[in-house]
Amino acid sequence: MSLLEVRDLHVTYAASSPAPIPAVRGVDLALDVGETLGIAGESGCGKSTMASALLRLLPRGTEVTGEVLLDGEDVLDMKPGRLRAVRWTELAIVFQGALHTLNPVRRVGDQIAEAIRLHSSGNGVSPSKRVSELLELVGLPTRRASAYPHQLSGGQRQRVLIALAVACEPRMLIADEPTTALDVMVQAQVLRLLADLQRDLGLAIIFITHDLSTLVNICRRIAVMYAGRIVEEGPNDRVFADGAHPYTRALAAAFPVIGDARFRMNPSGLPGDPPDPRSVPRGCPFHPRCSEAIDVCPRTQVELWPAGDGRDAACVHVSGSPVAT
Amino acid sequence: MEVRDLHVQYPGGHDGPARAVDGVNLDVYEGETLALVGESGCGKTTLARAIMGLHRPTSGEIRFRGEPLSYDRDGMREHRRRAQMIFQDPTGALNARQTLYEAVAEGLRIQRVQGNEEGLVAEALSRAGLRPPESFFTRYPYEISGGQRQRVIIAGAMVLNPSMLVADEPVSALDASVRGEILSLILGLVRSAGITVFVVTHDLGLAWNVADRVAVMYLGRIVEDAPAEQLLTDPRHPYTRALLSVVPERQHMEPQILRGETPDPTRIPAGCRFHPRCPVVESGEAARLGIEERCRGEDPQFLPACHAVRLASGDGHEAYLHER
Repeated sequence: MSLLEVRDLHVTYAASSPAPIPAVRGVDLALDVGETLGIAGESGCGKSTMASALLRLLPRGTEVTGEVLLDGEDVLDMKPGRLRAVRWTELAIVFQGALHTLNPVRRVGDQIAEAIRLHSSGNGVSPSKRVSELLELVGLPTRRASAYPHQLSGGQRQRVLIALAVACEPRMLIADEPTTALDVMVQAQVLRLLADLQRDLGLAIIFITHDLSTLVNICRRIAVMYAGRIVEEGPNDRVFADGAHPYTRALAAAFPVIGDARFRMNPSGLPGDPPDPRSVPRGCPFHPRCSEAIDVCPRTQVELWPAGDGRDAACVHVSGSPVAT
Repeated sequence: MEVRDLHVQYPGGHDGPARAVDGVNLDVYEGETLALVGESGCGKTTLARAIMGLHRPTSGEIRFRGEPLSYDRDGMREHRRRAQMIFQDPTGALNARQTLYEAVAEGLRIQRVQGNEEGLVAEALSRAGLRPPESFFTRYPYEISGGQRQRVIIAGAMVLNPSMLVADEPVSALDASVRGEILSLILGLVRSAGITVFVVTHDLGLAWNVADRVAVMYLGRIVEDAPAEQLLTDPRHPYTRALLSVVPERQHMEPQILRGETPDPTRIPAGCRFHPRCPVVESGEAARLGIEERCRGEDPQFLPACHAVRLASGDGHEAYLHER
């Protein structure tokens, strides 16, 4: 059994006018113990909504259907008490923008200690000792425990959030754009830290980002989302270098390989914009931007189908796909 | 454009002024696309704004076609006609209550450009890929996408037929699939109008996509400046090498992750300003080469701004570079 299994997840935001907004429209995922999965997609594709849905962090009134099985237990059916126990101790999340997540008027060490007190039964180690351990684990000097968030740099704050996330020894971490606001060098530092934690603590991690290129080195598998659905999933290097879905290929080409003559003086993009979840095109939602669209695409919703090399892709051009022509 | 020993300082706190631009020499040649790359806080945006005349230099000089920039009202108005700037966030750069027509026409009115305003606006929108242009005249920024807003900004800049475009992170606020189209548009303008582009970015891939030449900035100073292909495939300065090594799209380089954050421009280290983070110093390589004292005490006044690189090339052999 997988550690996490998501089945046919749909998330619809409540909105009276003009209509409720379907942000996630049928996602299936599975993640084993200690595995890494990257989820890439552009704005409005539903990737962050999906992350919040896994922990039930969405606003009241949002309709969530499907199953989120954590060790076989459905998170969506959990009673509030059970849910509180599962958050942090089983499944933790790191958001982007650490400045907004941390309490600005409390010392970061106290914030970590509070999380430990609230969520752990206390296994003999004093919270302050544990805080020091955690800061060391994420590469911060232990004296930084007495700092307020504004006294830390963006990279240091992100390290504090990671310390918070692993404070209660969860088995799984969701990292939603954990490095987006950071500089390249600091981003590399934080990614290396997450990779080390993943290895040393045996964490399963879901990385969510708009930057497909950062996933290649840190995730074994990559899923690409478009308009609320996964359009391709497969091994990291295959998906980035040779996607089976035309959108995957176009997205990968937007991250030029330096030194590769094909990209020199030749930026690559797609016409149009990612679709607004309020008005997703019919059929394959990618068809208006797709250079390979054929007559059936506007009226066919394609399901994921094996596309070779361990990839699954939702495109009529995948041979053997139920609607292949 | 010639930048000579330019210094721009911001009044600082108790540590003294922030030396955002701290002795920059740079030439931008007619018709080229120059990418200025560096991390946040390195001074690249301040340098771009100084080139636009938006910051008065503390000392040093900026010359445009041989003439020093003149900061009086007429001088600045003339400069804005020949040099236009586009910013990272197209939403913030547009007035939400102004139609797209007004947004593009505003520059023409400020510059009192004679001629058929409507025709010029339509042509600019169309060249920026917003077609048919008339269909955008009466629309407002909130009615179009982020990529289209950046096109409106580009149209507003190009309507004045500038000879130079200064673009500060022109695509970093846009979705990945939209970026390429905007960069292609800028490349197309370069080719069709022979315009000079000065693009400020943290993204080395973008430089590979559009730049003829790349200058790397660290803590207020240019540390390396070379043709794009050379700099991006055979970097010399240890900072450039480290930056390139952590670009995910260059997997064949062993990532060299520098410790610490970009240092503070109110406290620029003595000697080579990069030495506290420099892998050549940290690994003991500088000591072995007998230049550690120089790295710690002597500010390199040459390019690439690295004593180790200088030693290697000055000795007539590049052993140091090749063994790495």
